[in-house]
Amino acid sequence: MTQPVLSVRDLSVAFFTRRGVLKALDRVSFDIAPGEVLGVVGESGAGKSLTGQSVIGLLEPPGRITGGEILLHGQRIDNIPADEMRKIRGRKIGMVFQDPLTSLNPLYKIGDQLTETILTHLPVSATEARQRALALLTEVGIPSPDRRIDSYPHEFSGGMRQRVVLALALCAEPELVIADEPTTALDVSVQAQIIALLKKLCRERGTAVMLVTHDMGVIAETADRVAVMYAGRIVEIGPVREVVQNPKHPYAQGLMGAIPTLEGGRDKLVQIEGSMPQLKNIPAGCAFNPRCPHAFARCFVEKPDLVPVDHSRVACYLYDDKRAENAA
Amino acid sequence: MLAFILRRLAQSVAVLLTVAIIAFAMFRFVGDPVNQIVSLDTPAEQVEQVRKDLGLDKPVYIQFVRYIGNALKGDFGQSYQFRQPVTKLLAERAPATLELALMSALFSLIVGIPMGVYTALYRNGFGAKLFQAVSLIGVSLPTFLIGILLIYLFSVHLGWLPSFGRGQVVKITDNWTTGLLTLSGIKALILPAITLGLFQMTLIMRLVRAEMLEVMRTDYIKFARARGLKTRVINFGHALKNTLVPVITIAGLQLGSIIAFAIITETVFQWPGMGVLFLKAVQNVDIPIMAAYLMMIAALFVLINLFVDLLYAAVDPRLRATIRES
Repeated sequence: MTQPVLSVRDLSVAFFTRRGVLKALDRVSFDIAPGEVLGVVGESGAGKSLTGQSVIGLLEPPGRITGGEILLHGQRIDNIPADEMRKIRGRKIGMVFQDPLTSLNPLYKIGDQLTETILTHLPVSATEARQRALALLTEVGIPSPDRRIDSYPHEFSGGMRQRVVLALALCAEPELVIADEPTTALDVSVQAQIIALLKKLCRERGTAVMLVTHDMGVIAETADRVAVMYAGRIVEIGPVREVVQNPKHPYAQGLMGAIPTLEGGRDKLVQIEGSMPQLKNIPAGCAFNPRCPHAFARCFVEKPDLVPVDHSRVACYLYDDKRAENAA
Repeated sequence: MLAFILRRLAQSVAVLLTVAIIAFAMFRFVGDPVNQIVSLDTPAEQVEQVRKDLGLDKPVYIQFVRYIGNALKGDFGQSYQFRQPVTKLLAERAPATLELALMSALFSLIVGIPMGVYTALYRNGFGAKLFQAVSLIGVSLPTFLIGILLIYLFSVHLGWLPSFGRGQVVKITDNWTTGLLTLSGIKALILPAITLGLFQMTLIMRLVRAEMLEVMRTDYIKFARARGLKTRVINFGHALKNTLVPVITIAGLQLGSIIAFAIITETVFQWPGMGVLFLKAVQNVDIPIMAAYLMMIAALFVLINLFVDLLYAAVDPRLRATIRES
């Protein structure tokens, strides 16, 4: 197996607030292989975005990494000096934010924002940088880029701006792009275009993607593997087909059951009872136990670890017997 | 763009005309101007003669049109107390006031903006907290007290800087003198400029700080970080530029008030500017000076506002579009 682009090992993040320490991420581990698209799903507050921010080194205080490590091509990047990390951002790891309307600085021409980023990371001349910016704008599908390169962000529509944001994230050819809900703020009709574009650009370049979203449709269409997060932990991670069609963890089952299908004969969508616990009162044992229809005594005492089940890895004691069988 | 400027100028004319009506009305409502000119024992027919000579026997609207006509020629009449043309009196003193106002405006911007940026970037540091506390003093202390305290410290106690006057001045043109070319002139300018500018400086510092904190939270700053731009570029290129629009507004308005309300500072430091002249005019009910001063300050505010609008357009492309469309 080739070395993964990104390895996250037992990453824990906590918020140090006046009212105490809130554990936001609890020993999160995953790998992303070169060119692979890893979807990260979960409810709001499950820690999806936080994982992305930790990887790119943009955790905002009072949030802090309290344990584990993040490796980029086997090199640790979670404990390197701030300026070293800055050089990795944009160059090795790109990022796309949720809202294209606010991601671009309104006072600078998009061409200037592109060349500025290119010149920061690559040893090229200003003319070459502009050439590159033009090529990128063409590639992301901005019509008549030679004219539009000197336009300001407010002169573009939301979808066009997200294309510019993609160009900005990819302009120094990073090996990994973290896309944090890249389509949530967009029109439904534009969402599919942007996702298709992101997929195409990354496939052509062999760029790995960590796609954070709560849109299962996007995941099913785009991702190679999926990680399902709940209350700061990964509860299930595996190939997209398996997680979507045959989810193992009760939470993942609930999540997939809540996807509306066109052909499905159901008249009512499945709903997971209750809501995700707040960080300050995550229950002991498995965090999902208050909402889990299958919870039993052990779930209230011990935290389950991820164990292999079929092609996935699942953090649930329901599958302990299975593992025991497999081992036997 | 040109249409925008022309329309703004037309609006300015309307504003100035309104101010002119108020200024002109002062002549009528602060007593009979003829009584202010003649002495108590002047015979009645002589009083009538003066009234006729001055055209004060004509209807009010004719007087007003004449006043405007003269004002356009730069003639605001004679000062009652000095028996000299008002225009000449103001022109003599304008350089002192303008020099003082410009220096204090520069001081407030050059010190205020970096301090604002600093306190925003290191808002939990000791220095930032110290600046915040000190700025509170600057905002709340009255100007005359600051002036007196500065005089006490630097003139009386340390003896470094003069406590009054303009020092040695150099004549550049017939009616333009400057203290900026001599050492004593510069030394004399320091204390009044700081006194006048301290309030504006703290105001600008607090404004820049608040705006910077706001901008640092925006997505485009986060995205700029995620693009790996250098911290210096993010702070000063991306963040500071976005704070400039409100800062320009306030700085423009403040420059107007610095000039208009330099009176207190000029009094404390016996600065030979327009403020002292205006104060004397008020004491002696010297209406022509008061009216001309009013008109001049109004014209100044109108000009500064126009300039501020043009600066907006230079900074923010979105406003440029609005101006072009309108």
